[in-house]
Amino acid sequence: VNPTALSDALFWHRVQFGFTITFHYLFPQLTMGLALLIVVFKWLALRGDERSGDAAGFWARIFGINFAIGVVTGIPLEFQFGTNWSRFSQFAGGVIGTTLAMEGVFAFFLESTFLGLFLFGERRLGPRGHFAVALALFLGSWLSGYFIIVTNAFMQYPTGHALRADGALELASFWAFLLNPWAIWEYAHNMSAAVVTAAFAVAAVGAYWTLSGVHREVGAANLRIGVIAGLVACVLQIFPTGDAQGKLLAQAQPATLAAMEGAFKSEPRAPIAIIGQPDVEHHTLENPIYVPALLSFLAYGHFSSPVRGLDDIPRDDWPDNIELLYYAYHVMVGLGTLFVAVMAMAAFLLWRKRLAATRWALWALMLAVPFPYIATTAGWLTAELGRQPWLVYGLMRTSAGTSPLVSAGDTLFTTLGFSGLYLVLGILFLFLIGREIARGPHAQGGHG
Amino acid sequence: MTALWYANVAAMLAVYVVLDGFDFGAGIVHLFVARTDAERRQVLAAIGPVWDGNEVWLIAAGGTLFFAFPKAYAASFSGFYLPLMLVLWLLILRGVAIELRSQLQNPLWRSFWDVVFAFASLLLAVVLGAALGNVVRGVGLDGTGSFSTPLFSDFRTGGRPGVLDWYTVGVGVFTAALLATHGLGFLRWKTSGAVQRRCAKAALPVWASSAALFVVGTAATVPVQPGLFAALAARPWSWALVLIALSGLTAVPIAHRRGAELIAFLGSSTFLAGVLAATASGLWPTLLPSAIDPRFSLDARASATGAHGLAVGLVWWTLAIALAVAYFAYLFRSMRGKVPAQEGTEGH
Repeated sequence: VNPTALSDALFWHRVQFGFTITFHYLFPQLTMGLALLIVVFKWLALRGDERSGDAAGFWARIFGINFAIGVVTGIPLEFQFGTNWSRFSQFAGGVIGTTLAMEGVFAFFLESTFLGLFLFGERRLGPRGHFAVALALFLGSWLSGYFIIVTNAFMQYPTGHALRADGALELASFWAFLLNPWAIWEYAHNMSAAVVTAAFAVAAVGAYWTLSGVHREVGAANLRIGVIAGLVACVLQIFPTGDAQGKLLAQAQPATLAAMEGAFKSEPRAPIAIIGQPDVEHHTLENPIYVPALLSFLAYGHFSSPVRGLDDIPRDDWPDNIELLYYAYHVMVGLGTLFVAVMAMAAFLLWRKRLAATRWALWALMLAVPFPYIATTAGWLTAELGRQPWLVYGLMRTSAGTSPLVSAGDTLFTTLGFSGLYLVLGILFLFLIGREIARGPHAQGGHG
Repeated sequence: MTALWYANVAAMLAVYVVLDGFDFGAGIVHLFVARTDAERRQVLAAIGPVWDGNEVWLIAAGGTLFFAFPKAYAASFSGFYLPLMLVLWLLILRGVAIELRSQLQNPLWRSFWDVVFAFASLLLAVVLGAALGNVVRGVGLDGTGSFSTPLFSDFRTGGRPGVLDWYTVGVGVFTAALLATHGLGFLRWKTSGAVQRRCAKAALPVWASSAALFVVGTAATVPVQPGLFAALAARPWSWALVLIALSGLTAVPIAHRRGAELIAFLGSSTFLAGVLAATASGLWPTLLPSAIDPRFSLDARASATGAHGLAVGLVWWTLAIALAVAYFAYLFRSMRGKVPAQEGTEGH
């Protein structure tokens, strides 16, 4: 796509899908991470820790609001496969329709049934019953994540399909499709990212209450679980999940890896750029700070392995927005590294029993809350921009997947509509969440 | 195999309409049958734990259509681009209204979301009814496998019809009246006190209007899609579906008069499911008729995906639907009994 062609229908289809899915995914990442942490809190409460029970009750209220926005912003995505990307749906629907249908019938029914019981049924179900419902909710939300990741993994690294006589794809092996190796690592990486987001949120609220001098005991429970879960998930994010994804990428999508790293020249002992600005026109990286041979090692496990640069890849197969891809990847990795530092520092103070009294560390935890959202968004931008110019890697180009009869004008019109609607949703969400945090853990369920 | 998946998709859509239909109906009538805040929250408490699960049937049916008939999914969703976007916005507004309404105690906040809930429910009923009207009437499929429909053209059914014409809008109005009947039946069954009394009072006249619109709509369908009735007449087993639908329709007023609340609700459920099943069996094997030439209609057999996917799908689909039915049975059982007017100012 010519990036200057702002009246191009393809451009607006991409903007619409990119915008609606980016906004949507701000919510499920917290839902999925919180679902796990709520199970942990409720488990501790079952074993007699009352403060964890209070924390679970507070996070259930946040979960309810967050889930509602996640559900309503998720519906447009399934629709858009058909409305905006009809040639892609026609081509790949026989394969990816499987996981989208399975998400509906397996995960959404489970989630929607048990959400009502979770939010309204604590008194009637008793502590054990309510714990079981929280567990079902966790299962449902993580199952939903798996089906979506398998769908995306097929687009990144197609497996289990066959080409029909009419030019469309069909399922050749259900299990090869469902157990795509790409999906396994992508899922692990994505889910531990969701735990990072939730852990930072939990720790931040604990830090806020502690700094404000209110709800100290529940605040301490929040800090403890947030910091421990946060440290574990941050480390898993880099190794083994991020590392394994990088190695898969080096094998299956060399153009993507080269573009992410801003590597134009093919070379052995390829360096990694910590910072720098890609100049795609002149095939160079400006103002780079390099660590020698590290890219070779990370991609192939040996410092001497040659890494293919963009210059040895046909221009047609380059990702079409190398600059944004490069920055998205560097933002993700940079933030991910900082998260480990912040959580390791907090965990050390927690272990020394000094975290609640160390104000600068509490400030750091409190102010860190937006950054996992940014890192996760940057990670998905890396995955999706990196896949370009392909819609299904090696099989269908993005430009060949749009709905032929839906014009740029139609798509711009509805994109404007979504923007307005989502702006309102975002404001409502922040307002209601802020209100819950101010009300604290002992308020009567505003919902139940 | 294709016929089975055609029936599966149609059945999921019918379940969706029966289930989400009652909470749409509750939304359409709640401003009239529930006047105070306590009564409004009574209505929301009756649908609160289930509406989200009900809506999942739409997502699941859409996903199943996508999986089994990707060509039909691609053609119909892109062909109905603007009306579907309108549906999405209304679904978003409606979901937000239900979930956020009782978060704040401010009366202006609550009134605002009450009106949004009613308005979105009504408009969705009309639009989804119009969608059914489009599927019966046919669209501008011209043999290329895709089509584009304007929202409206000259409001006539021939030529290059818009999404909205006199016939599809009529089906939409009929749907809204029918879902109002359905919602009144649900609320009369699930609530007590003043809300229940108002529902009981409104049930008969609203039923009468939807029955009258049904007769008019059926008569209007004859010239618009004569093939439907020819196919129904030629398939004796589909007569049973028509009979079941009609018995559901007649059961509603009888049960309301006798105070048999559950029977009245089941009557409208049967009618909704029966009409949709009869329509689907009259359309088979067509998924989406062409208004230009029947040869260009989307045929289920030509739109289906490969045999392996469909065969494996039968295993996981059956398992998942069995689980879903179990969840719903458990959920409806756990909220059995009537919902009283809500105490206090918080909660649904």
